[in-house]
Amino acid sequence: MTAALQYLFDALSLGSLYALGALGIALIFGVMRLVNFAHGDVMTFAIFVLIAPTTEAVAPLWVGAWATPLIVLTVLGVGAALAVLAELTVFRHLRHATPATTMMAAFALGFVIQNVLLALHSSRAKAVNLWPQLNLPVDLWGARVPALQMLMIGITMALLLGLAWMLRHTRAGLEMRAAAEDFDMARMLGVKANRVILVAFGMSGALAALIGLFMVNQTGLVDIRMGAPMMLVAFVSTVIGGLGSLMGAVLGGFLIGFVSTALQAWLPLDARAFRDAFVYLGVIALLLWRPNGLFITGATRQRV
Amino acid sequence: MKNFLLRHRLETPVLLCLALALMAALSLAGSASLQRTVTEVLIRVVMVVGMFIFIGHSGLISFGHMAFVGISAYGVAWTTMEPSIKQYVLTGLPDLLQQAAMPWVPASLLAGLLAAAVALLAGAVILRLNGIAASIATFSLLAIFNVVYSSWDSVTAGSSSIVGIPTPVGVWQAFSLAAVAIALAHWHGISRFGLALRAVREEPVAARSCGINAWRQLLVAFVLSAFVCGLGGALDAQFLGVVNPDAYYLGRTFTCLTMLVIGGSASLSGAVTGVLVLSALMELLIRLETGVSLGGMTVQLPGGSQEIVTGLSMVLALIRRPTGLMQGRDWQWPRPDSTTAPARTTPLEMQAR
Repeated sequence: MTAALQYLFDALSLGSLYALGALGIALIFGVMRLVNFAHGDVMTFAIFVLIAPTTEAVAPLWVGAWATPLIVLTVLGVGAALAVLAELTVFRHLRHATPATTMMAAFALGFVIQNVLLALHSSRAKAVNLWPQLNLPVDLWGARVPALQMLMIGITMALLLGLAWMLRHTRAGLEMRAAAEDFDMARMLGVKANRVILVAFGMSGALAALIGLFMVNQTGLVDIRMGAPMMLVAFVSTVIGGLGSLMGAVLGGFLIGFVSTALQAWLPLDARAFRDAFVYLGVIALLLWRPNGLFITGATRQRV
Repeated sequence: MKNFLLRHRLETPVLLCLALALMAALSLAGSASLQRTVTEVLIRVVMVVGMFIFIGHSGLISFGHMAFVGISAYGVAWTTMEPSIKQYVLTGLPDLLQQAAMPWVPASLLAGLLAAAVALLAGAVILRLNGIAASIATFSLLAIFNVVYSSWDSVTAGSSSIVGIPTPVGVWQAFSLAAVAIALAHWHGISRFGLALRAVREEPVAARSCGINAWRQLLVAFVLSAFVCGLGGALDAQFLGVVNPDAYYLGRTFTCLTMLVIGGSASLSGAVTGVLVLSALMELLIRLETGVSLGGMTVQLPGGSQEIVTGLSMVLALIRRPTGLMQGRDWQWPRPDSTTAPARTTPLEMQAR
């Protein structure tokens, strides 16, 4: 029973990370059909402001040395600002390009961000001990759950509820849903396209930065390559959820979190290194069964 | 001669091969380091032409082709290394491979076939998906390759490198496979397979109504392109003598895709032009990073500039000239009149929204 509870918390917290990542990607895909390959690198960039740029093996804290609320605000702000900057400098000029072109542009942008970080910080992974008390376990009905996991799950749930409320009950939310449903029609009905897209980029960048904060507390490390695996799982989540569906993206993220945790628990020891390969194989199998994902939206429907 | 080439539509591949042969021949007069650079460029030509075979005609972006390059590079390591080294480093190899010490030509072909076989299995599944989902699935394929080859210690030496692969590959070996790659790509392009695939790219529904099986055409191109990419991987391993799973991951994928897009992914000449132009740019930047003295002043760029400039040039190319340098045209003899082939739109632009 306690073991099951332990796995449940592991799966929920991993799923939270993936769901938030998938949400950030789905937000942008929804309004502008952009597969944002730079998402993971936005996350990495935002989290790297915690430490001072140096090529030494040990980096002194920079933003990371500030007061906690200030750290959170700064990191989220940097993530949002970078994503908005990407939209203003790159994607705005590709408004009429095909998804394949914008996807390549995003891939290129991510590559640039990663190499800027490489030039500033070198390729070494660096230790960042931000809030060590978060890794202390809390006793919960016999299961020992790190406080961080509970915080992650709590924040994710609160954010998802908040976002759902925002999408239903605010003007910005209404505009976003309209833009995701049918972008051209929404524009004709008076939705300011560029503003909606900027809001989507800002939210997506902040979400990416939040994942970064979670991950750095979990591992105690920052690495310029930490974005790619995260981003890949987030993509796969959006695809199995159904590209363009926010709900699908979140559920897809949690599904992958649960499957990964289950594989980690049940795979024989020498097969565990291959866990991610099994996850991706499962995803491809799922896509064969439902090529448009679990929740089909207008965005993916083929028109003739 | 000219009429013969034109009649058999051999103009473009012959011109491309002549240009590469000229480059190879000139490098022989230069230093050893120049020859190494030219060999690297020729190996990239093989890989990018391989990617072109699929991406160019289908308009689908594949992020997974570096997996085929890597699979083949490891394949070469299995078949060509000294058996006495293999029995210590790669303990999990079956006896047949454990004993093998093949020369470079059969080893490269065999490794290319291995990559093609993997592509047949993977492509049969992935190519059933539509546009964007297929692209992301190819990305998963690359991730699967990286995870498996980084963890399968007894056969791939895990995430550490396999060292000690024989290195017979020089300028001419690389050139000969580049010529093979160009010939295969050209043949595929003018064959009914290439025509059918372009039809699928431009008008999927109309193509289907003409009896074209899109999945089959995509699969043919995918397997052939994996074979050619595999030849590139085989060359790479037998040129460097070292293989490592991370050498065939995102960085390389990015470089090769950038070359294809900047050159123009809609024509074979675009693929080759992209490799030549971007390789020259990258080489220049790498030289500048190590420092160049210009009339008493030393110009030195900070480390990483090469990657950053490459990435930015890709972004700029996509915004300013998404059809690439060649804009879908091919290299041709200068013609007296202006009846050159009309510019085709790039597959990037044509892919259904």
